[in-house]
Amino acid sequence: MKMNMCECGQQNPYGTHLCIQCGRPLTDEEKEKKVADMRYEGSAVRSKTYNASWIDKVWNFFSSVKVGVALIVITLVAAAIGTFLPQAFFIPATEENAGAYYENVYGTFGKIYYALGLTDLYTTWWFQVIVGLLGVSIIVASLDRGIPLHKSLTNQRVKRHTSFLKRQRLFAQGSNDVDLQQAANTLKQMKYNVRTEDGAVFAEKNRFARYGAYVNHVGLIIFLAGVMLRVIPGMYVDDSMWAREGQITAVPGMDGYFLENKEFILELHDEQEQTAAMAEQGVNTVAKNFQTNVVLYKQPEGALPGNTSNLEVVQEYAIRVNHPLKEAGYAFYQMDYRLNDELKTMTFALTNKETQQSLGEVTIDLYNPETSYVIDEQTRIDIIGYYPHFTGFEEGEPQTGSRFPTNPAFLFKMFTPQTPEGETSFVGIQQTVEPLGDNAYQMRFVSTEFTDISGLTIRLDRTIPILFVGAIIFLIGVAMGSYWQHRRIWLLVQDDTLYVAAHTNKNWFSMQKDMKRLEEAVQLPHVVDQLDEEPQQQKGDDAQ
Amino acid sequence: MDKKKKRRIMRGSILALLAVAIVYAIVNSGGVGERNVLKIGDDAPNFSLVDLEGNTRTLSDYRGKGVFLNFWGTWCEPCKKEMPAMTRQYAVYEERGVEILAVNIEQSTFEVENFMRQHNLKFPVAIDTTGDVKYAYSIIHLPATILIDEFGVVTNIITGEMSEQQIAAHMESIKPGATTAQMSQR
Repeated sequence: MKMNMCECGQQNPYGTHLCIQCGRPLTDEEKEKKVADMRYEGSAVRSKTYNASWIDKVWNFFSSVKVGVALIVITLVAAAIGTFLPQAFFIPATEENAGAYYENVYGTFGKIYYALGLTDLYTTWWFQVIVGLLGVSIIVASLDRGIPLHKSLTNQRVKRHTSFLKRQRLFAQGSNDVDLQQAANTLKQMKYNVRTEDGAVFAEKNRFARYGAYVNHVGLIIFLAGVMLRVIPGMYVDDSMWAREGQITAVPGMDGYFLENKEFILELHDEQEQTAAMAEQGVNTVAKNFQTNVVLYKQPEGALPGNTSNLEVVQEYAIRVNHPLKEAGYAFYQMDYRLNDELKTMTFALTNKETQQSLGEVTIDLYNPETSYVIDEQTRIDIIGYYPHFTGFEEGEPQTGSRFPTNPAFLFKMFTPQTPEGETSFVGIQQTVEPLGDNAYQMRFVSTEFTDISGLTIRLDRTIPILFVGAIIFLIGVAMGSYWQHRRIWLLVQDDTLYVAAHTNKNWFSMQKDMKRLEEAVQLPHVVDQLDEEPQQQKGDDAQ
Repeated sequence: MDKKKKRRIMRGSILALLAVAIVYAIVNSGGVGERNVLKIGDDAPNFSLVDLEGNTRTLSDYRGKGVFLNFWGTWCEPCKKEMPAMTRQYAVYEERGVEILAVNIEQSTFEVENFMRQHNLKFPVAIDTTGDVKYAYSIIHLPATILIDEFGVVTNIITGEMSEQQIAAHMESIKPGATTAQMSQR
């Protein structure tokens, strides 16, 4: 390691501006300055010292403030681009149709935007790489500057070389007729930590303020780590489900739990219907309450998926907006609903077409139809085919488009005393087909019941405490660096001359007030702000 | 010089640690907020469903046999098309140690029984009434077929319709002894 030997005999790491021991300037550049650069105490920023192996080069790259700022700018620009159009997650289209959706709605720009993968920007590998590199930059730059700074601050000597004192921004020298002990006592009263050596006094306060930047970096890193922890299974769940009234459904993302929707309730203010004028202005009827009454069940310990034979009730709850059901860290939020989309039951009357006389009514549970509905010994209806979402005929065969009873249709076989052989009839909504010739009887539609479907979101976020801790540490760091200043005063008697110097990392006005107080208590030469003669140079000393 | 070496090791290990953290986060980020997605090579999640005959079908009971696990629905056109071929191939492969288990997604007993009768299907069918098994196998699109070897390991995941030839090849691939034979060939 290349070392830099100071006149006082101290070995300083290469790149050091001011001797760790006595404070003499070590570089030519530093010697020419009128006021010393006290950032990082003149210690060598570690990365600037060597450039030997590739590891050091990578390290130095991330340690650079310029690189850090560039990464911040790149992250911000990329994140901003992601807001040009809604992200794919938020559009009302499925994954397969997303491309077409962007082109239809946003034209060529939308097409390009989608093709470039910007519709899912925040989960792209490259965006995460940028954020990751930013994290590396924060860590490396902090280590690189924080450690040498800490070393310098903890190794401060009481006696500094006069050349160091002369280069402090606030400086004075005069004849030695001061009682240093009295000065030390005054400084103690002013809540300074005071150390004395023969002929020298060193006082400082609020040294911790210098660590503010590093503390807030630690907070940021904890925050980033918390966000990263989301990828670990069991830490973070964001899922959704449709819960149909009267049905028990497995809860996605929450193994072993099942939810039954007992009832969905939508209450409107004043039971007001939407008027034409309201529709025109895009105003909906105003909802007072969205509520889903649910029962949450749990499988017994050790039960396998699919085994729902011994479900235990965990809790019953009325989920309302802002009143989620909470269980085991998970929360169920009321998010959406569908009214009258799906039918629950349909009731038909077996009717003689000629006399319009009914032989009886049957109610079919559309989620669980039976094979046969018996009215009496000679009268019954068999279901031959059930098509919950009838979409038309294909080669004479009725088709169903999904498993949900949105447009139910049946192929019935009707047995009556009059027609013991049975008559076949296809019955859909507002549609009856008699495929095997004219029937004497028909299934006349009587009534229907609808199912309400409730859209629930299931959330689990075990990273929140970590994010919270990270954010609090971050704020503590900001406060440390913003509301306190590291103030130092050096007094040195050498060759019958008294040297007075003072430094603070910010708020020089208060520093000067402290000096004034000290000067009033003990007769000291009045310190002069050496930068006042060249006011344009005042920038840049505030950073640390 | 020793100090320099130490410093290099320190820096190298910090950088390596950060690199590993970033790569780990990126590799896993696809599934953030979603359920764990089943992958080839995973142990097939065990489950237990009651079939139409009332027998409890538990996956772990099939250990030592290949399992052709098919998720389907009566409304799903490709499911309808591939099932007769499954029946035929099952007749061939049942005695070679391959079992079919067809899991219907949340439909009524009536619809499923009717469908089985109509299409003359001859393999065990169970209904996943709550969608629990569907979630365990991260099934999104139907039909989906999971091939499980005699050790209970997922060897393939097929979504979409299969031809009879493909079905035969898939059953061949999970015949007990097939995976070990493949390994010894390598």
